[in-house]
Amino acid sequence: MAESKIKSWRNDAREKVTGQAKYTDDLSFADMLHAVPVYSDFVHARIKRIETKAAENYQNVLRILTAADVPGANRFGHIEKDHRIFADDKIRYWGDVVALVVASDRESAIKAAELIEVEAEALPSLHDPEEAIKPDAPLIHESHGSNIINTHRIRRGDVEEGFEDSDFVIQRQFQTQFVEHAYLEPEAAIALPRPDGVIEIYGSMQHPFSTRRFAAAVLGVRLADIEVIGTPMGGGFGGKDDTAAIVCARAALAAKLTGHPVKIRYDREWSIRESYKRHPYRVDYKMGVTSEGEIKAVQCKIIADGGAYCSTTPWVTWRSTVQCCGPYQVPNVHCDALGVYTNNVVAGAMRGFGSPQMNFVVEQMVEIAAEEVGISPVEFRHRNMVKQGSVTVTGQKLDDHTVSMSEALETVIDEIDYENKLKSCSFGKSQSDELYGIGLAMSYRGMSLGAEGMDFCAAIINAQFDGSIILEVGIHENGQGAQSAFILLLADELGVDRDRIRYRQPSTSTIPDSGSTVASRGVLMGSNAVLAAATEFKRKVSAAVSSILKCKAQDVRFADDRIYGRDEHHSISFDRAMHVMFLQQQFPFAFGEYRAPRVSWDEKTGQGKAYFTWVYGCQAAEVMVNKKSGRVRLTNAVAAHDMGRVINPGMALGQFYGGMAMGSGYALSEEIKIEDGEIVNLNYNSYRIPRSVDLPDMSAIFIENPDPNSPSGAKGIGEPTNEIMAPAIANAVYRATGKRYLKLPIKIES
Amino acid sequence: MTITINGKATEVLDALVEMNLLLFLREELRLTGAKIGCGKGFCGTCTILIDNKPVKSCQKKVLDVADKWITTIEGMAEPDGTLHPLQQAFIDAGAIQCGYCTPGMVLIGHAFLLKNPSPSRNDIRKAISPNLCRCTGYQQIIDAVEAAVGCYK
Ligand code: FES
Ligand code: FES
Repeated sequence: MAESKIKSWRNDAREKVTGQAKYTDDLSFADMLHAVPVYSDFVHARIKRIETKAAENYQNVLRILTAADVPGANRFGHIEKDHRIFADDKIRYWGDVVALVVASDRESAIKAAELIEVEAEALPSLHDPEEAIKPDAPLIHESHGSNIINTHRIRRGDVEEGFEDSDFVIQRQFQTQFVEHAYLEPEAAIALPRPDGVIEIYGSMQHPFSTRRFAAAVLGVRLADIEVIGTPMGGGFGGKDDTAAIVCARAALAAKLTGHPVKIRYDREWSIRESYKRHPYRVDYKMGVTSEGEIKAVQCKIIADGGAYCSTTPWVTWRSTVQCCGPYQVPNVHCDALGVYTNNVVAGAMRGFGSPQMNFVVEQMVEIAAEEVGISPVEFRHRNMVKQGSVTVTGQKLDDHTVSMSEALETVIDEIDYENKLKSCSFGKSQSDELYGIGLAMSYRGMSLGAEGMDFCAAIINAQFDGSIILEVGIHENGQGAQSAFILLLADELGVDRDRIRYRQPSTSTIPDSGSTVASRGVLMGSNAVLAAATEFKRKVSAAVSSILKCKAQDVRFADDRIYGRDEHHSISFDRAMHVMFLQQQFPFAFGEYRAPRVSWDEKTGQGKAYFTWVYGCQAAEVMVNKKSGRVRLTNAVAAHDMGRVINPGMALGQFYGGMAMGSGYALSEEIKIEDGEIVNLNYNSYRIPRSVDLPDMSAIFIENPDPNSPSGAKGIGEPTNEIMAPAIANAVYRATGKRYLKLPIKIES
Repeated sequence: MTITINGKATEVLDALVEMNLLLFLREELRLTGAKIGCGKGFCGTCTILIDNKPVKSCQKKVLDVADKWITTIEGMAEPDGTLHPLQQAFIDAGAIQCGYCTPGMVLIGHAFLLKNPSPSRNDIRKAISPNLCRCTGYQQIIDAVEAAVGCYK
């Protein structure tokens, strides 16, 4: 498909391009108060006393909240309930919040916050997970009994035998960094106490239902007592789950206790200080290959720095084990993953969710191995990659969808003219100061949550008697264009113009909890729920109008804003049909639900059907490295992914480009720096995400093999595009400099 | 003191002249199209035009724009709601995802095209570089500005 020809569409584009869209901080309510978080200077300390008197007496301050004011649970979390809403027994990281100051204006709240004093006994702090797992290390969560959050493993075949059968055994250690999501809208929340006793929440959060769970737990009320309203969000990338939910929960608490609407808006510095990050990994990787270039065995040990609280570390590291060998068939695998508590900033979900780290490792390891064996890395990949009917390292047979790994690889090689350009790579030698290199990387990505969790989704179609349609889906719009995809799909299914359909941003009180917009599952799960609702809707309408159209219900067709019987001569307009239904006292209303196909998992062996389907993708990058400055410039990037079916091409392209851009930042510039437990780069001047001039024109190629496991055919694309950019760049840097960089971000000595 | 915002002269109370310009726009005038992204002049979500030049409003006081002509995103469309061609180009090019950077990107693009009626793609890339976007990789934003070039001739 020619990219430039695609005319994009999204339902919320007009309000966004005119500045009318209302994000959380753009909203305001009468008598609204403002609250700000209070941090301490401690990194790890036992709290003795929090002195709030002076702050309480500061002008315009209404209330100071600490752990003592929480009526419900002060400790909560998705998996372990260990995340303190307010630090209670201890401070565990520099971003721990000890109190919330509520005032009638934000300035006063900020000034008062500086007057709060925390008396605490400083404890030795742990910043290296390898130190934290030593038996004599101090415990960060005493009640947990260990600093190990979780472990996962894969046991397949016999690695010792595998290494014996190998002609080459290659061993390397890799290291990755803390990464900030850097959504442009910092955390924000408004909570409103309603006369009926319900607390209503607007917030910059990617999962209204988990926000509701957090808020209800903190307030000690039931789920129905909280209503979280979906609000336009300025970016999430996995980063607006737990922390964002906690910000909302604190606002809810303040609203409940003061009886006023309360707004919390984070400064960028607070956002970076407190919010969770992508996990830094240390990976020891050993690969055995034969002289024919066949991978015989992989042994790997993954240590993930989970920071001060558990968050989603167990789920993130689980995916890392499932994808620990990349898209390759390996008969003998021994993989251990450890999530570890430290006194660093919390680590949790971020676009990729445990795969960007592993792909950085695997996609360099295969090239190192290929070189040892003496065959081309592309040929090496072909020999070992998963193919139709292959069995994955967790024992899953890939036979129920198109396994398009080789198609993705070949597409990218052709598009970028890889083989030809290989010849011009510098390998450290050039006349000028500039070194040139090209590299690629590929992956398969398990779609949706897999054996990580509950995976189902709801949609509601509510047509009106004038023929207009209201659509609602239990998946939250993160800005990626999920709503538009659902509207387009429904318009297509019902054969109606898209302008007939209004999307209603649901609240937690209008639709069942359909899970988080994570794991690239938004469009995948949502589209199938829409499809289920559309099928039910058409069944109802067909039954109601078949007598008018003089045909059987199953012969009714929906097209061109009309409903047809057997032929063109028997039809009524869609408007008329809706009217007829109301006259018959029937609701043109349908509820649709979609359940992800079954998956399975055995914790002991790490074997099972981990994901019900996979996305296959490949990306290539070209770089110029300046010998003198060590600066790496990305000069070209190409991506091809098999996303099943593309529903809204313009938005899908955006997922490609945005993912590639974020991946290039991961490779080259982004790194949260922690010194003595404190993050030193708290804003965009020192935490460097790519700017326009850091990126080239990129190319995106859709591969569409509709997936039989997904009735709509669509899979997902948000994460695949992000997870292989760093290794593609690392491989390109290798061909430019002749050196392997096993640590992220890549820093080249000048 | 008077400032002219989107063509309308606005009288500023003396008590507010020292206020941060971005907060003044957002909180006093309820013009919330300019966003707070970093508060320190690094991201450009707060971009407005002062005498048709892009300015990061979080770095200014109200006083700084006395007697100046200010355009915010709210002033880009026609009063009857017709979008400015550059705004339409943003929609058509798929340049909008979360939309948080969009008002600033439209304005910085607009200011650039007013000055440079026939820029190269690379000129556009450079022109928007003061503003950050985390969603789009900038490509479709550049597409949009490029597509609108003809409308400025
Ligand atoms: S908010 Fe003004 S530059 Fe970021
Ligand atoms: S569209 Fe989200 S930051 Fe640009």
